[in-house]
Amino acid sequence: MRDWLQSALQPAGPEAARVHALWVFMLWISIIVFVLVLGALAWGTFRRRAPGNVTIGEGSPGERGMKRAVSAAVGATVLVLFAFLVFDFSTGRALTARRTPAVQIEVTGHQWWWEVNYYNAVPNRRVTTANEIHIPVGRPVLIRLNSQDVIHSFWAPDLNGKRDLIPGKESSLWIQADSPGVYHGQCAEFCGYQHAKMAFIVVADRPDDFARWYAAQADTASTPTDSLALRGQEVFLSSPCVMCHSIHGTPAGATLGPDLTHLASRRYIAAGSLPNTRGNLAGWVLDAQGIKPGAKMPPNSLTPADLQALLAYLGTLK
Amino acid sequence: MRQTLRVGLFGAGCVFALGCQRETRRFRESPPAATSETAVTMSELQPGPKARDLPVLNPYERNAYGVSEGERLFSAYNCTGCHSHGGGGIGPALMDDQWIYGSDPENIFATIVEGRPNGMPAFRGKIPNNQVWQLVAYVRSLSGLLPKDIAPARDDHMVAGPEPQRTEPLLPKHAFTPPAAEHP
Repeated sequence: MRDWLQSALQPAGPEAARVHALWVFMLWISIIVFVLVLGALAWGTFRRRAPGNVTIGEGSPGERGMKRAVSAAVGATVLVLFAFLVFDFSTGRALTARRTPAVQIEVTGHQWWWEVNYYNAVPNRRVTTANEIHIPVGRPVLIRLNSQDVIHSFWAPDLNGKRDLIPGKESSLWIQADSPGVYHGQCAEFCGYQHAKMAFIVVADRPDDFARWYAAQADTASTPTDSLALRGQEVFLSSPCVMCHSIHGTPAGATLGPDLTHLASRRYIAAGSLPNTRGNLAGWVLDAQGIKPGAKMPPNSLTPADLQALLAYLGTLK
Repeated sequence: MRQTLRVGLFGAGCVFALGCQRETRRFRESPPAATSETAVTMSELQPGPKARDLPVLNPYERNAYGVSEGERLFSAYNCTGCHSHGGGGIGPALMDDQWIYGSDPENIFATIVEGRPNGMPAFRGKIPNNQVWQLVAYVRSLSGLLPKDIAPARDDHMVAGPEPQRTEPLLPKHAFTPPAAEHP
């Protein structure tokens, strides 16, 4: 299972492979042109001229040679640029070709996190999560991109190129992963103070793993059984958390912040800023502004006992 | 001589601009504790000589970012559901000079935190103090009670009136008392 930082040079899906092929083609053509130009420059600099007067002018033998050389270079340049154009068009057409999507996901950009909604014909089996996108391996996935505030850009370089999220105008992108793994992505359009900490991951699962994950995510959160976590649920419902976050299965239903119904199943918190551990979560709840200044999560003052209870409850949200 | 004066004025302008708190973004601010949040005074008597309550200084009253955050939260926390964008509806209008429960920052803080009869919910424990203060600053800006340079030059919404910076301040009329048992 592969899990490393993003790279466009190690494509993990057919879309990224096409982008990569275009990039390699352009790289090699550019190298050849660069070497030829430098070679011509060196030849012009170091060749020995026959001593005597050099005649330049209409009809002179030197002039005719130069005319031929410049015409050949212009012709070659047009040909090369035309080859780029054709390759570029065919890549673009292949990337946007419509297929039957195995999964349709709506990704909404927020300052500074990603809201992820899975389409389902049955409304109560729709799944809402944040900053973590699961897809089945080897199947085309259609991602529909929207923005809530400013322009963001969705970029998972191992899977496809960038696509901007424009407020009020939906755009779309196809991704497909060839092998199971965790592919990292990043907002690629400057969107404010915490643009750098607006990351996400795409987890490619085997089809049965994906189905199991989806079924678990579509469920509501179960009511905790032990008293500490029950107390934590009360803390959650009576504190500022409930003004912005929702947990399905409880009265908390606000949609300003990420959906926390299955928070404990996610690998990272705060849009890829920190691994999802109990300590990081405690720091984030108490002083999010110290970790991600400017994020919409306010500082919360909780007593130590209430914080422990809250963390125990959040830990049950598998 | 004039040249020196000009350069000096320019320099002084730069220094004053640097000292301006209008655009400062303080993300880790510890908000002032409002006296009204802790307890309600039920007696006129005090130990020692009688002193008036220390007025609370709202740090966001001179900060455009704080006021704009207040505007964002005003919609996010659904204040607009009853007060609209200041014009009122189910709840009283906030952009006029009528203040049923007082127009001072601490009065508005208390109104938000404690709630008021006939429909205003108590947001105690649900909104962190610094966000309440941002809301207070925004609510006061609606009737032009904040310094003009804090108000934005252009409103985010379509409005029929003049832009916020050119809104004439409406001085509060404290004498107003609502008729008992009537919807405010």
